[in-house]
Amino acid sequence: MINATAHTYHAEPTEEALPSRGRVGMVCLIATEAALFSIFVVAYLFYIGKSLIGPYPAQVLEVPMLPTICLLASSATIMLAERALRQGYGVLFKGWWFLTMLLGVAFLYATAVEWYRLIFTHHLTISTNLFGTTFYSLVGFHAMHVTVGLMLLTLVLILSLCGYVTQAQSERVAALSLYWHFVDVVWIVVFLVVYVIGR
Amino acid sequence: MAFEYPLARPQAEAPRLPLLVQLHDWVVTVDHKRLGIMYVCTGLLFFAVAGLEASIMRWQLAFPNHNVVAPEVFNRLFTMHGTTMVFLVGMPLILGLANYLIPLMIGARDLAFPRLNAFGFWLSLFGGVLLYFSYLGGEGLSGAGTAPDVGWFAYAPLTERAFSRGHSTDYWILSLLVSGIGSVATSINIVTTVFCMRCKGMTLARMPLFVWMLLVVAGMILFAMPPLTAAQLMLLLDRYLGARFFDTQAGGSAVLWQHFFWIFGHPEVYILMLPGFAAVSEIIPVFSRKPMFGYAAMVGATLAIAFISMGVWAHHMFTVGMSAMANAFFTASTMLIAVPTGIKIFNWLATMYGGKIRFATPMLFCIGFLFQFLCAGLTGIMLAASPFDWQLSDSYFVVAHFHYVLIGGLLFTIFAAIHYWFPKATGKMLSETLGRWHFWLLVIGFNLTFGPQHIAGILGMPRRIYTYAPGRGWELWNLLSSVGVAFQALAVLFFVWNVIRALRQGPPAGDDPWDAWTLEWTTTSPPPEYNFETLPEVQSRRPLWDLKHPHDPDWHHE
Amino acid sequence: MTGLWREQIRRRVLALSRTDVCIMNRPVYPTNIFDPVSTPAQAIIELSWLVLWICAGIFVIVVGLLTYILIRFRHRRADTDEPPQVYGSTQIELAWTVIPLLTVVVLFLVTTRTIRAVQSAVPPAEALQVTIVGHQWWWEIRYPALGIVTANEVHVPVSDRARPQPTFLRLESVDVAHSFWVPRLAGKTDVIPNRDNHMWIEPFEAGLYLGQCAEYCGTQHANMLLRIMVHSRGDFERWVAAQQQPPVRDLSVQAGRDLFQATACVNCHTVRETVANGTFGPDLSHLMSRATLGAGVVDNTLQNLQAWMKNPQHLKPGNLMPDMKLTPQELEHIVAYLATLK
Repeated sequence: MINATAHTYHAEPTEEALPSRGRVGMVCLIATEAALFSIFVVAYLFYIGKSLIGPYPAQVLEVPMLPTICLLASSATIMLAERALRQGYGVLFKGWWFLTMLLGVAFLYATAVEWYRLIFTHHLTISTNLFGTTFYSLVGFHAMHVTVGLMLLTLVLILSLCGYVTQAQSERVAALSLYWHFVDVVWIVVFLVVYVIGR
Repeated sequence: MAFEYPLARPQAEAPRLPLLVQLHDWVVTVDHKRLGIMYVCTGLLFFAVAGLEASIMRWQLAFPNHNVVAPEVFNRLFTMHGTTMVFLVGMPLILGLANYLIPLMIGARDLAFPRLNAFGFWLSLFGGVLLYFSYLGGEGLSGAGTAPDVGWFAYAPLTERAFSRGHSTDYWILSLLVSGIGSVATSINIVTTVFCMRCKGMTLARMPLFVWMLLVVAGMILFAMPPLTAAQLMLLLDRYLGARFFDTQAGGSAVLWQHFFWIFGHPEVYILMLPGFAAVSEIIPVFSRKPMFGYAAMVGATLAIAFISMGVWAHHMFTVGMSAMANAFFTASTMLIAVPTGIKIFNWLATMYGGKIRFATPMLFCIGFLFQFLCAGLTGIMLAASPFDWQLSDSYFVVAHFHYVLIGGLLFTIFAAIHYWFPKATGKMLSETLGRWHFWLLVIGFNLTFGPQHIAGILGMPRRIYTYAPGRGWELWNLLSSVGVAFQALAVLFFVWNVIRALRQGPPAGDDPWDAWTLEWTTTSPPPEYNFETLPEVQSRRPLWDLKHPHDPDWHHE
Repeated sequence: MTGLWREQIRRRVLALSRTDVCIMNRPVYPTNIFDPVSTPAQAIIELSWLVLWICAGIFVIVVGLLTYILIRFRHRRADTDEPPQVYGSTQIELAWTVIPLLTVVVLFLVTTRTIRAVQSAVPPAEALQVTIVGHQWWWEIRYPALGIVTANEVHVPVSDRARPQPTFLRLESVDVAHSFWVPRLAGKTDVIPNRDNHMWIEPFEAGLYLGQCAEYCGTQHANMLLRIMVHSRGDFERWVAAQQQPPVRDLSVQAGRDLFQATACVNCHTVRETVANGTFGPDLSHLMSRATLGAGVVDNTLQNLQAWMKNPQHLKPGNLMPDMKLTPQELEHIVAYLATLK
């Protein structure tokens, strides 16, 4: 009962271009973080309309257009930085990279301003009601990821200023920028869920 | 019947280093083999501890109204027993096996990220230490500390500040958060290694089934662990920042915790079990002297199990009061997952059929596994029928079911794996005689303990009770169940003796003591730190078979 | 020492043989799910038998195969050749995929019927409505239409086919998740805070049915027992009437009553038509009409009542009634008073 596909097999092993470890590892990390965010998003969606007391989303939420534009633009600038590095333009790379960081900081600053307003003007905290709980945890968790991303971006900037980040390192920088794109995509989801669907 | 692979060189005798240097080497190692061994030892150590916890519980439950420990202590015992067994025994054992074997089986020198590997291990270990520190953390040992006492699945709102004062729940959360990150780190490592570091000629279709299944398991961990992490973070926010995720007084939902937990919890039990299948899929062919029957179907079934397992979670919640449609859906998906699992059992049987079965200790454990896992699967089908589950859920029937899966299934396959790969890892053979004593004592003890629990459940005994009144008809079954513990303890002692004896004076194993066919048997026992003299090149799924049978290599038939 | 130990073992074995093996007295297994006396439990068991038979069939086939293989294909000592290497067979593999799939489909369809039969039942007009409120670690039982509040014992009328009178239960919790399980009457349903669950029973045999909480809810989860008394119509009506009576006002225990109403007791317990209107603990208006104390942890005798009042923590350690630290005289008065609340 042997499968008789008797053909002469050439002793040539099949060649495959195996993917780069950094990229695959980063994709795995992104997958797992995406699963983590999904649960917070599900909790947010589940609790829409279930708060027993106010303030309610429609009363206090303002659509954060500017911070969103900043963050999305930072995805574009990081792509430009990545391309510059791959082509060997060190100064251009540093420039775009720094701009990405600025846009990220702008996003975080806008978030801080929004939270200040929510907490001190509208008295919405994480323990006020279900809206507060799910809002601060979801948005806060995302902001935490932006912060970590910024820290890593800063590290790369410092290393590149010291001369360590060369064209040969572009694969590693690519892996990091994958993370930054992920943070961006998560924001699009959070934006839709919190400021569009949930309001 | 050791086969001498032509290029294997015996290892030169290394000079004996002072003890402190040896210990230091183990602590700072990033070698996947050493980390693998440390993972397995961690798992076995916690297994002994959790076994002790279970023994105390079984002693208490042997008789009605028996007063061995206070109710609070008993509640901590079952919580710690479950938490330890799942997170500190199961996960380290499977990740340890994966760590040790995957690079050897795919012809690589190490995992993709060796330092991340070490990081993951030490996190796992530290998480375990943190969990057990809870025994000392509060009122001290005499008050049994503030060890967690909320059950291993820690249902809300019992875990909220209002009902769980003190730090027991916090220890549960933090220790699992820490070891969970370790598990995810190792999973990232495994996936990257398998995709990026296979040797020449090893397409995905030529990988050993063990590697396939662990790849799938690692992928499952990536998706299944986050729900638990997220839920635990939410609980932490509830307890410390006054968030309302599971605060029912503020409109929060207790059922939401259950959903999140079981979205993790169900894939988790497949995560635990699949590596057992993986080991069995390597061992049964070798001891039947035939290739795995239906390689493609085995891979397909594994993928099917992985996907479907993400959609069955609410069968743990049939009694929560979901709609009839939800109950029906989860009944369907749970019954569906029995199909690929059954396919695997049939494939293993077909591998043995027409073979020449040698009953070495690894094979004995595999056979025990086949029989016991069949029982587990069938009781699983019974539980999948939701109305039947309305009676059996949260009773000793469920306890019996999952112990048949995890002990009768997983533990038996772990022992099979240890007996099979111990010669490779240490260069010494374990004793067959002691192995047989170990096996038979465990079979008797395990079935004696958990068989009667099915009946206790049918007779209405709920789980997690520290005592029970006479007159329900539960006495006999509980007594039998407790007697079985003695046999199991004895079995484990035989195992320990076997290992110690083999390490000291076991006969040398040689490169290939079992006449096997995958790449790990082409290098020395134990392998050198760099694994292979030259990285191998393969043309089929059984490279060593091809070398031993040059007139009838596998690549004629694949 | 060994003599004492041997004596203990002997006594336990004797106790075992009395309770378990004695089939003459029915029921030996008061919580046996395979002994249903109520419609939903019956429906469940009918499905369960089918499932069991199918599983038994699969078991016999697979174990038979395994045994055959182990014997027939074991390695014989002299044999050194490798057996024919078989890699697979599409036909066989298809067969053992399709057949289990069909089996699963059949099982699923049959199961769905039972799910619907039990879950989609609509309460008829004559159904008795009872609200069960789970507490740590006792059950509050309310009959909203009848104005009755009691604890740990549910009294319901038997239902006969001519005039069916099922009992529909509404399940609420004030603290953590519990589960209401009386195996011979119905499958269990969880009792979850901020969630209204419903279940129903339709007992067709009068008698006493036991159950207990089936979801771990804290320290004394093991002692959160349930007693369901199924009465004939007449007996049920008599019970209702008795429960609807105001609590007994016995003048001879005035001292005890005054003491009760002046102490913290009234903050947790209710005795109707007195100042005691606490809801944290069980309603005591008809305390002595119940068979057990502490949700089944001890029988309701005078001696046990005394022990409980002396220090509830001795009988049910960890329960939420504190030691009231009564002096012996206070204890005597209060027990005398409570003993009159029939």
